[in-house]
Amino acid sequence: MAGLEIAETIKLRINRSLKVKSPTIFLSCGTLITVITIKTKEENAFMSWQKKLAQVIVVIIFVGLLIGTALPSRKKIFQNRDEAKQKELSLKKYGFYLQPGNKETNIDFKHSSPDLDPKLKNIAPQIASMGASVSIVDFDNDGWNDIYFTDSKTGSMNALYHNMHNGKFENVANQVGLADLNKRETGASMGAVWADYDNDGYKDLLLYKWGQPELFHNIGGKKFENVTAGSGLPAWVNSNSAIWFDFNNDGLLDIFIGGYFSEKYDLQNLTTTKIMPESFRYANNGGRNYLLENMGNGKFKDVTEQYGLTSTKWTLAAAASDFNGDGYPDLFVANDYNVNELYINKKGEKFTEAGSQTGIGNIPKSGMSVSFGDIDNSGLLGVYNTTITENGILIQDNNYWQPEGDPGNRPYPKFVNLAQLAGINNAGWSYGSQFGDLNNDGYMDLYVANGFISAKENTSYWYDYSKVTGGNSSIIEDAKNWPDMKGKSQSGYEQNKIWLNKGNREFEDVSNEVCPLVTYDSRAVAMADLWNTGALDVVVANQNNIPLIYKNDQSNINHWIELDLQGTVSNADAIGAKVVLEWGGKKQVQVVTAGLGFASQNEHRLHFGLGTNSAVDNVTIYWPSGKSTVIKNPEIDKLISVQEK
Amino acid sequence: MPWITKSTKGYFQYVPPAFITLLLLIGQLSFHVLDSYLYVVVSIVAAVLTEIILSRIFYGKWKSLSSAYISGISVGILIRSVSVWPYIITAVLSIMSKYILKYKGRHLWNPSNFGVSWMLFMAPLDVAGLSIQWGSNFLGLAVIWALGLAIVYRAKRFHVTIAYVISFVILAYVRSLIVGDTFLAEVSPLTGPMYQLFIFFMITDPGTSVSTRKGRIIVVILVALVEFVLRLNSFIYAPFYALFLVGPVAKYIDLKRNAKKATAVDYNSKPTYSLQT
Repeated sequence: MAGLEIAETIKLRINRSLKVKSPTIFLSCGTLITVITIKTKEENAFMSWQKKLAQVIVVIIFVGLLIGTALPSRKKIFQNRDEAKQKELSLKKYGFYLQPGNKETNIDFKHSSPDLDPKLKNIAPQIASMGASVSIVDFDNDGWNDIYFTDSKTGSMNALYHNMHNGKFENVANQVGLADLNKRETGASMGAVWADYDNDGYKDLLLYKWGQPELFHNIGGKKFENVTAGSGLPAWVNSNSAIWFDFNNDGLLDIFIGGYFSEKYDLQNLTTTKIMPESFRYANNGGRNYLLENMGNGKFKDVTEQYGLTSTKWTLAAAASDFNGDGYPDLFVANDYNVNELYINKKGEKFTEAGSQTGIGNIPKSGMSVSFGDIDNSGLLGVYNTTITENGILIQDNNYWQPEGDPGNRPYPKFVNLAQLAGINNAGWSYGSQFGDLNNDGYMDLYVANGFISAKENTSYWYDYSKVTGGNSSIIEDAKNWPDMKGKSQSGYEQNKIWLNKGNREFEDVSNEVCPLVTYDSRAVAMADLWNTGALDVVVANQNNIPLIYKNDQSNINHWIELDLQGTVSNADAIGAKVVLEWGGKKQVQVVTAGLGFASQNEHRLHFGLGTNSAVDNVTIYWPSGKSTVIKNPEIDKLISVQEK
Repeated sequence: MPWITKSTKGYFQYVPPAFITLLLLIGQLSFHVLDSYLYVVVSIVAAVLTEIILSRIFYGKWKSLSSAYISGISVGILIRSVSVWPYIITAVLSIMSKYILKYKGRHLWNPSNFGVSWMLFMAPLDVAGLSIQWGSNFLGLAVIWALGLAIVYRAKRFHVTIAYVISFVILAYVRSLIVGDTFLAEVSPLTGPMYQLFIFFMITDPGTSVSTRKGRIIVVILVALVEFVLRLNSFIYAPFYALFLVGPVAKYIDLKRNAKKATAVDYNSKPTYSLQT
């Protein structure tokens, strides 16, 4: 038996002492690589130099691949910790800085997680990991945005921060009747969405819970009346999402409520521990969803089955916009433990689920939120959908679904996922997200809330988690089989992502540059011009912690325009209205929503950055009623109120 | 070029590729296990092409492609990435390891175990494992176990699978006593698809198994023991790493002992074809 010819070629140490005369190559790292061919000596004589060279090349390629695959994962993450210089650098380089302002604004709210049945004690931090929400509303029509936070623990108080117009806020929740809403009998608050359901000019509140959803009628911006009784809202939903939208364009806002845990369970008083998802890819044992039609007399009718929204996946978020251009809002539903769903609205008479046909519902991931943004000023509204990524363990990557232009005669729009190309795919364990032009350069930037459970530092529940989640459904679905968390973290201490749109369909991660490092377990994000300065400020609700109130300090010379729409034939809030802004050869689309992201609601007005352009060519508004309004050369650097005519 | 070359195993060589294909089909049709068909196709193509090229370079002849096919499918199922390149690289590394990391003419690592373990451990930013990404129900599980056991029985490796499963279950119980979690939580991974590939394909791989029945049983018990230790230290991909560590050492010792025993070495003897993953 012959030895290794290539070893001779590359002059490496050959060990001829072995009886089989097999040569060995000792690498410096100590790895023993023995290459033996099974040629006879006679055959060896015919072995060409080319073949020897090829074998050497193969070995080199092999070692190169081993090293090459390992290096990228050993990159150290640069973090700028010098906060004093950070602001200066950010203002200079990016033209804006997100300045934390909890103290200055007098916002001292702190979220506390919901109570659970003691049977869930082993995984309580994981189950009670939601409930921190934020919604922006001008509840008293004073032209200044106010902020509503939900708390979740039994007996805790929700907070409505009234904007005092001087940079400070005052919590008026108790005075107006929106504070003491986390009661044992009605459940824990999970989120809030505001809209004028009775078209009286004031925005009303729908509070969704792990419990009874509650409706509050706004009485002249002074007081709220609980009108849940007799309204037709379901008795109990374990919900983490709800939106207002007018699915039949009748001028009355309807409600979608997404179920997460099955509505059969009161999570504070359980008779079983078999409440968990049956699978981590194809779970259909979540809560049912609700489509509630506004009947116009303060009553809502459950039309869920009639309209075909019978899915029982684990819904975490929903948002509505017209994706196929037929004038009716379609519904994008983000589901945990399963595929997302896109319900195409059939002219207000039925919904058809077309997730698979449209491309958005083929790969099951952990769908956590839905937000809308036109990232390349193409006039096409894309959908950003957050998921979970934990390096080395679970790589799902967030999605940005951009429609492939005019659907034309196709029955369904088609979407393509551009998240990876745009560089906005890997954020961490993500929840809420929002697009908004943070530096007014004319391109929509992206803020993503991250972090699941920050408990003991340098601990991880991921291993324990993987034990049960890789197993059979009968094991997974029973909470008692889940390992005790014992105070461990899971994807904790993550930083939120801030991606700046470079204007070429690519984003730059500026998370470490444009605000101080914070690693709360963030849930909901909302963007609003809180100080009426023409800049989008950011509010983040954090689980079991204080929120983050970021004032957007600008140092650029960019222009902006804000539009506040009011429907007359359409619903009064013009929810569903699409605005196309054309300026300097760019065209950006935005829609008016009442519930977007995860457990969040942005300001009602639409904010457009214009860059250095000092004029807007056209603003075209497509109202839900089918009417349209064109405004030519509107004034810029102003908030413009537009009433439907 | 023949798809499957002449083999001492006769037509049985068709069975493992057919079984893993069936496993893939059951997984895909029942649970859509694949994020994309592209990934598994790319993995198979990369593995097969690498096998063709390397068999020509190293042996100057065509080699059976069934083992490369199995390796490709295993890689396509076992790793998860949002990019295509990790599937290609893992498949290529798996097959290359078979030609380069050898002792006495035999490769030491199970090919896909090498590739998958390397990528999971060394490239965590780009690659994750299958662990929590396959739906689960009893019907699919029962079919896969029944078929798998029948095949390993036919391949005379039943004792390997059973010895490992018994060891795993006993050690799961011991772990549950140590860490305080329920026995079901500890034994749960065994019911998942990652382990179905592991116990029916990787640990039974003839190419990297030791030569005696007793030795094979000892080796898989050692694999289970190392996995036990790794699990106590929260390694999610403990079975792969355990086999990665124990398998080559066992094979090396086995080859060395056999060489010593041999009074006359037949240097012209051919290695048997194996159907490793």
